[in-house]
Amino acid sequence: MLRFIARRVLETIPVLLIIATATFFMMRLAPGGPFDTEKQVSKEVRARMEAHYGLDKPLFEQYLLQMKHLLQGDLGPSFKYPKRTVNEIIADAFPVSLELGCEALAVALALGLLAGMVASLKQNSFWDHFPMSLAMLGLCVPTFVMGPLLISAFALHLDWFNAAGWFFPRDRVLPALTLGAYYAAYIARLARGGFLDILHQDFIRTAQAKGASGARILLRHAMRGGLLPVVSFLGPAIAGLLTGSFVVETIFGIPGLGRFFVTAAFNRDYFMVMGSVLFYAVFVIVLNLAADIALVWLNPRLRFE
Amino acid sequence: MGLSALCLCLLAGCGKRQTLVEIADRAQQYRVSNSDEPSDIDPQIGIGEIEHDIIVSLFEGLISANPKDLSPLPGVAERWDISGDGKSYTFHLRKDALWSNGDPVTARDFVESYHRLLMPALGAQYAYMLYPATNAEAFNNGQITNFEEVGFKALDPRTLEIKLHSPTPYLLSMIIHDSWFPVPVKVIKEYGAIDDRANPWTLAGHLVGNGPFVLREWRMNSHILVEKSPTYWDRKNVRLNSIYFDPESSYDTAERMFRSGQVHTVRQVLPYKVAYYLKNQPGLINDYPLLTTYFYKFNVTKPPLNDKRVRQALAMSIDRRAITETVSRAGEMPAYTLTPPDTAGYTATARVREDPAAARQLLAEAGYPDGKNFPTLELLFNTVENHKAIAEALQQMWKKNLNINVTLHNEEWKVYLDSMRRTNYDIGRGGWGGDYMDPSTFLDILMTDSGNNETGWSNAEYDRLCRAAANTGDRAVRYAEYQKAEAILMEEMPIIPIYIYTRPRLIRPSVKGWYPNLLDQQNYKFIHLDPTLD
Repeated sequence: MLRFIARRVLETIPVLLIIATATFFMMRLAPGGPFDTEKQVSKEVRARMEAHYGLDKPLFEQYLLQMKHLLQGDLGPSFKYPKRTVNEIIADAFPVSLELGCEALAVALALGLLAGMVASLKQNSFWDHFPMSLAMLGLCVPTFVMGPLLISAFALHLDWFNAAGWFFPRDRVLPALTLGAYYAAYIARLARGGFLDILHQDFIRTAQAKGASGARILLRHAMRGGLLPVVSFLGPAIAGLLTGSFVVETIFGIPGLGRFFVTAAFNRDYFMVMGSVLFYAVFVIVLNLAADIALVWLNPRLRFE
Repeated sequence: MGLSALCLCLLAGCGKRQTLVEIADRAQQYRVSNSDEPSDIDPQIGIGEIEHDIIVSLFEGLISANPKDLSPLPGVAERWDISGDGKSYTFHLRKDALWSNGDPVTARDFVESYHRLLMPALGAQYAYMLYPATNAEAFNNGQITNFEEVGFKALDPRTLEIKLHSPTPYLLSMIIHDSWFPVPVKVIKEYGAIDDRANPWTLAGHLVGNGPFVLREWRMNSHILVEKSPTYWDRKNVRLNSIYFDPESSYDTAERMFRSGQVHTVRQVLPYKVAYYLKNQPGLINDYPLLTTYFYKFNVTKPPLNDKRVRQALAMSIDRRAITETVSRAGEMPAYTLTPPDTAGYTATARVREDPAAARQLLAEAGYPDGKNFPTLELLFNTVENHKAIAEALQQMWKKNLNINVTLHNEEWKVYLDSMRRTNYDIGRGGWGGDYMDPSTFLDILMTDSGNNETGWSNAEYDRLCRAAANTGDRAVRYAEYQKAEAILMEEMPIIPIYIYTRPRLIRPSVKGWYPNLLDQQNYKFIHLDPTLD
């Protein structure tokens, strides 16, 4: 297993290098720069600001310099927010996205697994059709519709929650539901499929013949195999959930990383773009690796090779 | 945790409760939805209105703006003298003006602040606001390096003298701008080089100011909290205990926060909401004009737009009232001049005529009778719903009145700025907000060497008139020169004025002492909250 992990970690080096290089050059090829503003600054002022951040050097030299800084873990300063470094901004915003992501994940797993298991046990009954229809709906309603709908109902009409913000425990509820609902729907359908697959296998029939109860069969015998599709989905899904959702963070006014990820590109905040892209990339790679390890552990037919 | 919060909330029963605004009213906390995260709250680096609204709570200049009419009120200076030739201003500073660390605010502090703002390495975008002072421009451009030669002098700790290279009758209106605020240079030095943009002296815990409030918390994309300053000289007239700035940048989210009672005021709402509020809840919206003009620029370097008859024809065949009443719909005023009417008593007499018949005639004279053989032009705007609607309206009006075709082209903000800067467009959207109350803040942008010209248009007589106006202190003479300059503009038509912006601000009835004004200047000393009105 150690060899497997070591190989996967080594594989990430060229992947990250390619991502960083592509990000650097794509960002620089985009028209417009960080110091383009509606009221034009004088040529001298622009030149001084570019010099301050080293943007006056030849492009390839800038590239090498940035790679060197990245290797040292220095993501550089933000142009848009001159008093902060990209490291500080990420350190500030990521915990918020992480918390929201964990809460949404809890919602998604609780609702999704429950619905999926019930549906697979009661196949083709009301308890199958009803949650699966809901799940289909959950998949089809995008978060930018779901969020304002929930706010309209629960914040503006019933006045149970604030319409936006991230201060009080109750501020977590609507964003977690909005973000979690989509993943819950996905997980419900995957779990149903996974469990149905397992429940029709011979070893389950054997267990049933031996008189094991439904709950015992589900939890003891079918759980491991039934979860397989969910687990392989969870790797990238968790990365997406935990690093922040631009839409949900914008709708609910949440100071998370997802917003920086998008606005940095609009602002041509070069170092911020690079920092958030790499941060996201590392996160996805690590979680995919974790998902692969979990899969092998769950499925005895797979081996670390 | 999400689930447990949900369960707790359902069990505890989240019935009707007090809104944050109701609680804040009693605590005299003014809650402001400020529409974006400030890039910086250093008065010499943070430049937009988002930054400004926070900066004026933390710093105070020599004079401050009366929010009712923008007239000068004493600030750090209790009085000032202007020499007979209008080229020397002497400010007498008050004894009790203190920084929030207890140090007195001295004339020396102002000189050091202006030195910092003009340092070439700082790259301050608003350094030009100090250019009326002798040699300020030369120092900022690095032509001279001895700051002694620049027109700022501390005669004694409480007397500041400012020498100008030419009389600038609107200087007091410039001085209310953030760029003239003092900064605590001694404190800035503690955190790094004074000409380093990244010097972290403005973070919470570091910042020292001299305004009515002090910085308590600054969490990015979350909030800024300022509290009443115990050292501010006029603290007995400050009635708010604190101000809470929320940086929500989505207009929709901010408007929902307003409805759910989380904030007292929202800077701006989307046009369709403006119409809704004006009709159904007029007590919650204040829609007031700004010193900002919406216009289209012509690229005059290429045919057919290098022919002024074509430009005139295009400008004359637009129905501006139809645009403001049926398209933009936020109460804007149709604009027939570049400078908004009554800018410090100046109203341009030369105006764009709206006359489709004459426009067709002009187009025919230019060689395109009934629009025949007229090339298809492209209308460039940045990607915003409202700009698109206006561009479509122009497209239709020109088709109907002149029988010509234009195509629409939208670009993402920075791409659009880049295209405009390179004059890489046919007809491009633009807008300009005045920095101070004087026609020069508008008319200067079309001078040949202005970086904001972007049209390729250049007129020696226009440049001469603008320079002549800047060099005289006699208001009647100046305005006469500006009238002539604006007449050239309306004859040559390098831009088409469309409308004067309004600011549709949502504001709760409990906010007292807040006044609309053309520069949307806030003066929090005047504001207090009346809980009985919410």
